[in-house]
Amino acid sequence: MSEESCCPPQSTCCSLDAAGGSTLRAPGAEAPAVSTSLTFADRFGACRVRLGIGRNNYKLEPGLYRVGSPNDDSPVLVSANYKLTFDTLRKNLQGLDCWLLILDTKGINVWCAAGKGTFGTAELLLRIEQAGLARLVSHRQLVLPQLGAPGVDSNEVARQSGFRVVYGPVRASDIKQFIASGFKASPEMRRVKFTLRDRLVLTPIELGSVLKISLIAFGVLFLINLFAARPFGLFDIALYLGAVLTGAVLTPLLLPLIPGRAFAWKGWLLGLIYTAGALWIIGWLTQESWFTPESWLLAAGYLLLLPACSSYLAMNFTGASTYTSPSGVLKEMRLALPLIIGSAAVGAVLLLIKTFKG
Amino acid sequence: MALTYLKNVSTLALDTDKCSGCARCGEVCPHAVYTFASKKAHITHRDRCIECGACALNCPDNAITVNAGVGCAAAVITGWIKGTEPSCDCTDDSCC
Repeated sequence: MSEESCCPPQSTCCSLDAAGGSTLRAPGAEAPAVSTSLTFADRFGACRVRLGIGRNNYKLEPGLYRVGSPNDDSPVLVSANYKLTFDTLRKNLQGLDCWLLILDTKGINVWCAAGKGTFGTAELLLRIEQAGLARLVSHRQLVLPQLGAPGVDSNEVARQSGFRVVYGPVRASDIKQFIASGFKASPEMRRVKFTLRDRLVLTPIELGSVLKISLIAFGVLFLINLFAARPFGLFDIALYLGAVLTGAVLTPLLLPLIPGRAFAWKGWLLGLIYTAGALWIIGWLTQESWFTPESWLLAAGYLLLLPACSSYLAMNFTGASTYTSPSGVLKEMRLALPLIIGSAAVGAVLLLIKTFKG
Repeated sequence: MALTYLKNVSTLALDTDKCSGCARCGEVCPHAVYTFASKKAHITHRDRCIECGACALNCPDNAITVNAGVGCAAAVITGWIKGTEPSCDCTDDSCC
């Protein structure tokens, strides 16, 4: 794989006001001004990236920006150059005068970038230097988003730049309150949540990538159909898509309500309920029993294959969740993955036997 | 209903002797794992820990250790395939 990025080095997607033709050469005068209201294009862009379109190139130029009319006494807020992050931040800064120091996180949000280290100590020190922050402000305090902390060694930042790091709240919507209360965050502001809405907006990405891979599987089914005694039809595809929705959308949405802890388990459980339910309803509608010699292969095949698919997709949602640890995920995977693969393989074999036997 | 993940898996460890009680760990922790008493930090809710590593990195006393990483199955699988550490590379395809 090429190390070279195919993304253009800078994006022009941002609706920033021009810096204006100021002739003042005061420090920070060339920092572009940022609007605190979002335009239709910003909201449209947000919907687009949530659907996974152009998500990897939704970024802005890193560096110094200004909100309102900041002076040498104004707070400096640090953030990432993912435009969705930047938009969420600036719309919560209405009425404030402050500086924004945007790090180059390659268009990744603060928390994920901190995990990778791109929202990190070295990058922060570099941007402090490049922006001439020590000359720009008279105080020596930076406000970082709390979720940037996994990437930033605040002690090292203080040692090298003289700037003391204060970690702000988790959510941008709490920033005004945080500043107003003298840069103090309440315990509530420090807690990460995972609300129904949080989970909902994350599901289309997962769904999109599965459907892309599924198209390949449908192609294979088409080839198999050429030799099949019982060709795969819309019935089978619909049944499969139901299992995909169960694992990639329904399980994330119902996460707190499903008994158990492991994601793979939760997905398997819902997948089993779905598959059994769907087969039962189809059997009832068509007045055909699944327990005849002709049908049991199909039923058993699907009961083994589809819950395994749902389980795998639910397991993948660990990456989108906010409360899973790597040690936990590894433990879950070591147990679940062999079972998922085994169950899916046996199920697929049963379905193929049925397909060729008729 | 609160979301809780697997029990007894976190590698988080705190050396209380080294701890100076500055409470920085409590400031950066996104899941309120720590509480503070008698000028020391205490790991009170270990099972909430997601091993993000923020506390260990920001501790001025080097009193905290944890195998930090991302709790993401796709990252683990990517790591297995490429033979590397779990890589949190959520970018699609090979481009970018």
